[in-house]
Amino acid sequence: MAKTIAEINEKIASGKVVVVTAEEIIGIVEEDGAEKAAEKVDVVTTGTFGPMCSSGAFLNFGHSKPRIKVQKAWLNGVNAYAGLAAVDLYIGVTEVPDHDPLNSVFPGAFAYGGGHVIEDLVAGKDVRLRAVAYGTDCYPRKQLDTWVNLATLNEAVLHNPRNAYQNYNCAVNLGKEREIYTYMGVLKPDLGSANFCSAGQLSPLLNDPLYKTIGLGTRIWLGGGVGYVTWWGTQHNPTVPRHDNGVPKGGSGTLTVSGDLKQMKPEWLRGVSFRGYGVSLQVGLGIPIPLLNAEIAQYTAVKDSDITAPIVDYSQGYPYFEKTPDLGSVTYADLRSGKITVLGKEVPTASLSSYSKARDIAETLKDQIKTGHFALTQPVQSLPSADSEYTFKLLAERPVNGGGI
Amino acid sequence: MASHKVVLHFPLHQLNRPVVNDLIKTYDLDFNILRAEVTPDEKGFVVLELTGEEDNFRKGVEWLDTLGVTVQPLSEDVVRLEDRCTHCGACVTTCPVDALYVERPSQQVIFEQDTCIGCGICVKVCPAAAMAVQF
Repeated sequence: MAKTIAEINEKIASGKVVVVTAEEIIGIVEEDGAEKAAEKVDVVTTGTFGPMCSSGAFLNFGHSKPRIKVQKAWLNGVNAYAGLAAVDLYIGVTEVPDHDPLNSVFPGAFAYGGGHVIEDLVAGKDVRLRAVAYGTDCYPRKQLDTWVNLATLNEAVLHNPRNAYQNYNCAVNLGKEREIYTYMGVLKPDLGSANFCSAGQLSPLLNDPLYKTIGLGTRIWLGGGVGYVTWWGTQHNPTVPRHDNGVPKGGSGTLTVSGDLKQMKPEWLRGVSFRGYGVSLQVGLGIPIPLLNAEIAQYTAVKDSDITAPIVDYSQGYPYFEKTPDLGSVTYADLRSGKITVLGKEVPTASLSSYSKARDIAETLKDQIKTGHFALTQPVQSLPSADSEYTFKLLAERPVNGGGI
Repeated sequence: MASHKVVLHFPLHQLNRPVVNDLIKTYDLDFNILRAEVTPDEKGFVVLELTGEEDNFRKGVEWLDTLGVTVQPLSEDVVRLEDRCTHCGACVTTCPVDALYVERPSQQVIFEQDTCIGCGICVKVCPAAAMAVQF
């Protein structure tokens, strides 16, 4: 029998709601079938914790006396975008300090950046704000150098244009000569290692592969606080090849999410450094999936052995689009076993996404719903899905000046 | 026979003396150099695995002490900052001796200090800066 989100919220309010995690639902559906599982269980909680570029925070630090309309600003030496208004900034997680040696001595360490600024703010630390301006009649001040922290900011909103990637590549290095330094971590030469990055069977969008319940306005668990899905993510690509269970065979759907940074905690937002590549932010994110019917229950029963990731060469294939031997695909069950076989060779695997933290998030969200501290929302608009014509396009370059530089 | 992994720190005035050579000859120890460095302020350290009779090893350490060379067990070398580790597992394929590995089914990353040789590769690859060298 189908349920509504309003009915589930009544059960949450009365303490009668039945919530299980995306790991726990697998056995329930296998044992009882999807129909009975949907009757028995009201909500399945998912979780993911991994480096998520395309994240950042909007900050309003209040007006100084005299007033300033900030033109350029730095937080602990990291450039924050100021072209919004007078005292609004956006700090992006991949931004690096102006004085960073970058990759001038390869591979660079990238010890600190925008992701670390956000972690420091969430940890309650003072952050040095430097700003310059050109001065106007209404905003005469031209320089600012002061300390700010999360409590002194008017608003601090985590706003991540692309999070919760629905599936991702398994990255390898087919090059023979040296290890390579990528956003997928350090990859040893000649298929010496394989790195992957997804919570698999716990991942939000892999449990709702066709976005039947997750949409604009869905309330989510974000960084230890409450957030919302505010748009589909950049590079959202729902029209990719899928398995019969709806699970995409590679990177597909993404989400834009926002939430109040003041509610969040540093253990769920962690600044990270990738040697030779740059900085980012590990983001903890969990989404409740209402089991409105048997179809949705069946989707949430997806398990690591049902989900495959394409194996991609990051020495030539990914950066240059060069054709490589077909490396095939691999299940998350195999990836999580610690070794896979690629082109007949046994390759050790490493994850960039923390499965144990993803599990903690799903458990935490489960407890919050069971104790009446987290109610579900009805999406106000669906995400473009597999039946849309929405696709992710590569850049079609139109050379300027006849292509000469 | 016993084997000990140790970090020797050399004071400036001993840098030109063949201390390790004298040590192994006098006290009948075998050695394997795991790592060595002279830092920019001209202090030196070497990470050694010393193998020999326990009594000889003890006497050798006492002799090093008279020279002003400090001896630390290697287990104090690379440490994991537990509150920074997110158990992602990015380190496990880079550790040459499997001192870092994913435990199943918990999917938590285990760090075995006894197995660690102090090479420091994990310190460079850990995204969350959870691995650190402490002397």
